[in-house]
Amino acid sequence: MKKKIVSALLTATMVCGMCVVPTVGVAAADDTITVGFSQVGAESDWRTANTESMKSTFSEENGYNLIFDDAQQKQENQLTAIRNFIQQEVDYIVLAPVTETGWDTVLQEAKDAGIPVIIVDRMVDVSDDSLYTAWVGSNFKLEGQKAMAWLDAYLEAKGRGDEEINLVDIQGTIGASAQIGRTEGFDEAVEAHDNWNTIAQQSGEFTQAKGQEVMESILKQSGDDIDVVYCENDNEAFGAIDAIEAAGYEVGGEEGQILVMSFDTTNAGLTDTLSGKITLDTECNPLHGPRVEEIIKKLEAGEDVDKQAYVEEEMFAADDTVTSIKVEDADYEVTTITQDIIDGRAY
Amino acid sequence: MNKSKLKKITSARLFLPIVCLIAVLLLNVIKTPDFFNVSIRNGVLYGYIIDVINRASELVILAIGMTLVTAASGGQDISVGAIMAVAAAVCCQILSGGQVSVNEYQNSIIIAVIAALLASALCGAFNGFLVAKLNIQPMVATLILYTAGRGIAQLVTNGQITYIRVDSFKMAGGYIGKCPIPTPIFFAIITVLIVYLILKKTALGLYIESVGINGKAARLVGLNSTMIKFLTYVICGVLAGIAGIVASSRIYSADANNIGLNLEMDAILAVALGGNFLGGGKFSLIGSVIGAYTIQALTTTLYAMNVKADQLPVYKAIVVVIIVTLQSDVFKKYIAGLKAKKSVAVEGGQK
Repeated sequence: MKKKIVSALLTATMVCGMCVVPTVGVAAADDTITVGFSQVGAESDWRTANTESMKSTFSEENGYNLIFDDAQQKQENQLTAIRNFIQQEVDYIVLAPVTETGWDTVLQEAKDAGIPVIIVDRMVDVSDDSLYTAWVGSNFKLEGQKAMAWLDAYLEAKGRGDEEINLVDIQGTIGASAQIGRTEGFDEAVEAHDNWNTIAQQSGEFTQAKGQEVMESILKQSGDDIDVVYCENDNEAFGAIDAIEAAGYEVGGEEGQILVMSFDTTNAGLTDTLSGKITLDTECNPLHGPRVEEIIKKLEAGEDVDKQAYVEEEMFAADDTVTSIKVEDADYEVTTITQDIIDGRAY
Repeated sequence: MNKSKLKKITSARLFLPIVCLIAVLLLNVIKTPDFFNVSIRNGVLYGYIIDVINRASELVILAIGMTLVTAASGGQDISVGAIMAVAAAVCCQILSGGQVSVNEYQNSIIIAVIAALLASALCGAFNGFLVAKLNIQPMVATLILYTAGRGIAQLVTNGQITYIRVDSFKMAGGYIGKCPIPTPIFFAIITVLIVYLILKKTALGLYIESVGINGKAARLVGLNSTMIKFLTYVICGVLAGIAGIVASSRIYSADANNIGLNLEMDAILAVALGGNFLGGGKFSLIGSVIGAYTIQALTTTLYAMNVKADQLPVYKAIVVVIIVTLQSDVFKKYIAGLKAKKSVAVEGGQK
């Protein structure tokens, strides 16, 4: 009896599982371009803005038919979604991969079916580069380099260019492409300055709770010596700021305060930038839609496309001490944050 | 006389867990001598030891629930981390009234906390039903909420991180007024005390052990073993809910993806480090609590030693392997065998 109940339950679960498989409309004929987009999920504001950007770019008014699939953080859902796209004979597949590895087979299937695949956000790690047509995303290393170039200019402007500066790096989840790029940018800049020292480098796993825990511990080792805390995303910065303030230190850009730098420019992050708690927040732009459309238009016209396309990213500072910086001979503007900017942003 | 006393101490159940905790703490005496310094800074207690006790609070609360579940059903509840996220999501979503970020409560905090605890009790009841009534393996039964729980939490929060920027909400994870002791410590102590008293003052503790040792026999002597197993899962769920509320108060938000992430594994480890048999039966609540503090002490120690983030798991694994080996029966027998040989040799030499 019990076994029967169990097997009935299992069957029910299986049936439910099948229902979850996305039921999508049949691709429209005529001259609309059908795009299948497999998104990771909706785990953050950033991701939601990313999805919105795709949806608004590939709208029916613009002549597209977008088939959207939310993978809920699971690669197997994304594999299923791509196979569905192939069966429905979409014109283009856009993939925001949840992980870097494990895409060879399904991308080969797409290639065999003659459907171009455009990767957005994270990279895929495949043995054969021709399995995807192009990649659109952020240049994380450049983000790190820009932030550190700003720090250099900022300290110079404050007359602290020759002082000993002690830096703390709260890294992201080890192995994530954002962590690798931003840490590289950080490490290179510290190495290039004789008077800069990394006194601690720990992972806050991109979360507020871990960022706070790690910062608490670092403060106990060398709280009085810390000049700069480089957080690799906004959530870690919130945790670090809480820890710094709880220990009785002040955050801010002046001497004697602890300067906090961050990435991602989420709404809450920019609000903290406005109040001066975060002195510099470097953008990680989620608005990939227009760049992807650009690539699709080029492909439609039969032109060649670049394998890698970066989105443009801004920097927002709490004050106007530094208004522009230079990284590898390119100039980048630094915007002073205002409430209007925060209100006007999509995410 | 002295020897027998020593033997009594070393063979006590809690001896090894305590030794392991002390050993981990002693690592610091060599590497970071100021590990044990406790001072008052900014009006609150400040020091590594305070961090250990403070940060371990959620784990302690989870470990208690895990101990009961393990003892009664001989299996573990791997959904506690996800239940934490569900409780946090329900609590914050009610407080925010559906907005992403609020600066004042939209609904009463009491309603929010009760709803969060009810939600976690419901999750626990679901697990309990599958394990106790349908006799599904605990690991398999709780796997359902382990995977679905965070999805449910996401659904509740509409996939966003809900922020509650209200000072009184931060109290549970921070400080109450001018009290220098972090509030999570009180949560941990009070929950341990309540559960301990319930187990000691009622026969529940005894019932749980008997059901865990032999469910059939327990039923034959008149214990409703199904009910008792079910109850332990509900208790475990509620405790996970409390831990979830504390964790969300720390970051004044409900981060459905990250609250309690991988904490279920730490909770199971705490139970094991506490000298409890994961196959059920006799258990020691205090052992698990010590186990939980050992895990946090290890984490904080590695931070204090400034171990590189990418190497951290390796060191953690090495220490855990050593501790678990020390406590294993095979190793104990081996040591006992060595001792016996030695004493035989000594006696032989005397003759």
